[in-house]
Amino acid sequence: MDVLLEGLREALGLLLSGDPYVWQIIARSLQVSGGAVILGLLVGIPLGTWLGLARFPGRGLAVALVNTGLALPPVVVGLFVYVLLSRQGPLGGLGWLYTPSAMIAAQFVLAAPYVAAITLAAVGSVPPELRLQARALGASRWQALLLHLREARLSLMAAVAAGFGAVISEVGAVMMVGGNVRGETRVMTTAIMLETRRGRFATAMALGLILLAFAFAANAFITRVQQAQPRRRRPLTS
Amino acid sequence: MSPADSFKLALALIFALVSCSTGTHEIVLASTTSTEDSGLFEALLPAFRRAHPDYRVRVIAVGSGEALRLAERGDADVVLAHSPRAEEKFMAAGHGESQRPVMFNDFVIVGPEADGAAISGLRDAASALARIASSSARFVSRGDDSGTHAKEREFWATAGVEPEGSWYVETGQGIGAVLMMASEKQAYTLTDRGTYLSLRDQLLLTVLMEGDPALRNQYSVIVVRAASNLDGARAFARWITAPAAQKLIGEFGLERFGRQLFAPNAGRR
Repeated sequence: MDVLLEGLREALGLLLSGDPYVWQIIARSLQVSGGAVILGLLVGIPLGTWLGLARFPGRGLAVALVNTGLALPPVVVGLFVYVLLSRQGPLGGLGWLYTPSAMIAAQFVLAAPYVAAITLAAVGSVPPELRLQARALGASRWQALLLHLREARLSLMAAVAAGFGAVISEVGAVMMVGGNVRGETRVMTTAIMLETRRGRFATAMALGLILLAFAFAANAFITRVQQAQPRRRRPLTS
Repeated sequence: MSPADSFKLALALIFALVSCSTGTHEIVLASTTSTEDSGLFEALLPAFRRAHPDYRVRVIAVGSGEALRLAERGDADVVLAHSPRAEEKFMAAGHGESQRPVMFNDFVIVGPEADGAAISGLRDAASALARIASSSARFVSRGDDSGTHAKEREFWATAGVEPEGSWYVETGQGIGAVLMMASEKQAYTLTDRGTYLSLRDQLLLTVLMEGDPALRNQYSVIVVRAASNLDGARAFARWITAPAAQKLIGEFGLERFGRQLFAPNAGRR
């Protein structure tokens, strides 16, 4: 019990005193996972919108593939990104292995399916009559599409939160392609592993508290969005 | 059978399964990453199982520093470590019941064939590291309080260099991962010879510094006083220092790598 309480007390001390080692790791985590989610949005929102609205043969398979992407094991993604980027791999010339770029690439692969899947569900939940009405009232195709996305915007924000929550707490892929290099590719999850193994529980707990706070914030946001939605939809369908 | 009975039966089954895997016959062996990464345990443990069918060994491969810390907390029964100073402290603090030498090999400094820092031909490891520090070459460090990391810090201290800066890559991983990273970055690193040889085919690294007496790497087995399976720990320590296992250790690597990776030296120093 002493280890736990003492550790927590010291952990708070480290956070409040602005310990540079701890805060640098937190900043790197935000940079890597934030970057991955932004890239995930650029790919996931168009892909999800297209799959949600278009009707074509093989759409069912494509949707299934996107949903499978939600369950991609981070270590497997890490393995493939590692092999692609290693000196002997096809993209070895980029020199990305063991850099934050490699970590962003791996987490992008993990985040994009989240964004795509939630976007897909979100645009599907907006009644199609909305777009038809808009078109009837003289809106262009693009204006109608934007209106549609506007209706789904809360869900799209949930997509950001879900993607971010998934990658910020991921350890397998960033450990493999980043290498946990101090001051360069050490992020919260890999640092917690290392510091726990070295018996520096306070540092591990300080990072753990921040990581929990991020995961909580992301999920609290998603919950709020989910609860807010039914109320929003009623006037549209009536 | 009533639903309540089925529930109780299911619970009993789960407990039976769980207690199988954590029974008193399990020996928790905290060991260095080098012994695991080189494949030594894969070769040794089947023989231990044949000699002691009642015991099962669970290997936790971590750095020596962490292995000793696990043992201090009673989370390991027996330790195989290669960090003499840390082991001395561990024994002096009364955490170990016995400590016996098992085997040795040596550390080597490996790096890119081109050897940009020109350490090849130097006589001692400390000057080799000093030269790496003063060149533009990079060095990958374990950075995890392992036996290899402790040895590396000894050399930096001897060389009078405080390793810092972007050339000094501190990763927190095992020796296998460190070698892969050094190969990718074409950097230098300190490694035990055994793990290097066992991974050599995947690495673009070559041995550039060897033979300094300070590079000797002694492995010892320690029976932990707070062991939850003290009998098992003693049995394992006796077994690995006895002639049969010592012979296996001496033969390990001959077939696959064409040379001995660990030299058995139980009972000698």
